[in-house]
Amino acid sequence: MKHLEQEELILCHYGEAEDLAACRRHLEACEECRAERDALAGALALVDAFPVPERGAEYGSEVWRRLAPRLVETKTVSRVRSWPLARSWAIAAALVVMLMAGFVAGRYWRQPAVTEAISAPVRERILLVAIGDHLERSQMMLVELVNASDGQAVDLSAQQQKARQLVEDNRIYRRTAAGAGDAAVAGVLDELERLLLDIAHRPASVTQSELDAIQRRVEAQGLLFRMRVIGSQVREREKAAAHNSPQGRT
Amino acid sequence: MDRMEAEDADVVARARDGDMEAFRALVERHSRGLFHLAYRLTGNEQDAEDVVQETFIRAYRRLDRYESRAGFGTWLHRITVNCAIDLTRSRGRHTPPRVPAFEEHPDHTEQLPAHGPSPETVVYSSEVRRKVGDALDRLTSSERTAFVLRHFEEKSIEEIRTALGLSENAAKQCIFRAVRKLRRALGPAMSPAR
Repeated sequence: MKHLEQEELILCHYGEAEDLAACRRHLEACEECRAERDALAGALALVDAFPVPERGAEYGSEVWRRLAPRLVETKTVSRVRSWPLARSWAIAAALVVMLMAGFVAGRYWRQPAVTEAISAPVRERILLVAIGDHLERSQMMLVELVNASDGQAVDLSAQQQKARQLVEDNRIYRRTAAGAGDAAVAGVLDELERLLLDIAHRPASVTQSELDAIQRRVEAQGLLFRMRVIGSQVREREKAAAHNSPQGRT
Repeated sequence: MDRMEAEDADVVARARDGDMEAFRALVERHSRGLFHLAYRLTGNEQDAEDVVQETFIRAYRRLDRYESRAGFGTWLHRITVNCAIDLTRSRGRHTPPRVPAFEEHPDHTEQLPAHGPSPETVVYSSEVRRKVGDALDRLTSSERTAFVLRHFEEKSIEEIRTALGLSENAAKQCIFRAVRKLRRALGPAMSPAR
């Protein structure tokens, strides 16, 4: 008698075998396959022990409370771009450039450099703050783009100007993250950079279908979500770095 | 179309017309189910919360593209799967799951009878849960997703194939690999020490 392969047993267990009736007949007749089927079922029954934290009846309302402001935000974000944020970003970006220049100078010319005045934990914190802000600014630009209003022709000149500014900064952070071996941050920044370049190099006025294509690209890659995840991780690391550095302790 | 989907149809139509209260009703109705799915896919409570939020944000933005023949719940499940995959890819790996110890799990503590399980049984149950969590965490993103959809969500191979954008054979192979890995990892857990 030809025994059932493990794949056939798995499909039979889930009721997906091509000839389910024949599979079951074989199991009734074959003790060896039955024992194998029971072992498989036993292992899979253990998987059912994997607990899911319970959520109460109010969970849906809690989700809504957290979600509602973000839904409004997707509609209004284009009006919330503020000067203080842009200014803090510019300061952070300038600091990063200085730090990198200092690092390169110190490494190749062995001269006292600007970085020597700043401890490693502080440098790390500045970088993390700068990358966090960069991701935030990029997210805002992409959200504006995703929510750009419908029309015959859509003017993207404002978003393109931002994309051009962001792409230069992005390049610095991507290289820094890659150099530091932070593949997750470097990967997201790499994808973001390609998208920013694409946006920056398009004509200022695009048709609705072209805009739809850009929006689909943003959504298909899940880029906004991944940026949000990486951004929150960077913020957490920045908090941890602040906590661990002597200057950060209060 | 089941009863929940039939009830959804009218509410979805109102949400598509811009009725925020209707969208709120959909969020409240589907959140718990999506959280269960997201937690099984990510193995991490905070990640699961993030995935649920992101699912509804994407759904809200794409409401005009939703085609009612799919069933709103099914459509949300697909978005959740994609969000969870995006999350795990962005990290390059699964975050190690934090499997609650037996004593911490509210479901179990509430159900403990006056004469509860023996200490050996409690330790064994806790150990099994830890092993299952570790074993699930060692699966690749596509193996875990395919397995969760088949085993916990009882989706057909065809539905899994569609959700993951794979061929039928590739979807089956993901499930086979997942089951083989889980059996190898859980084999020693199947005989409790007495």
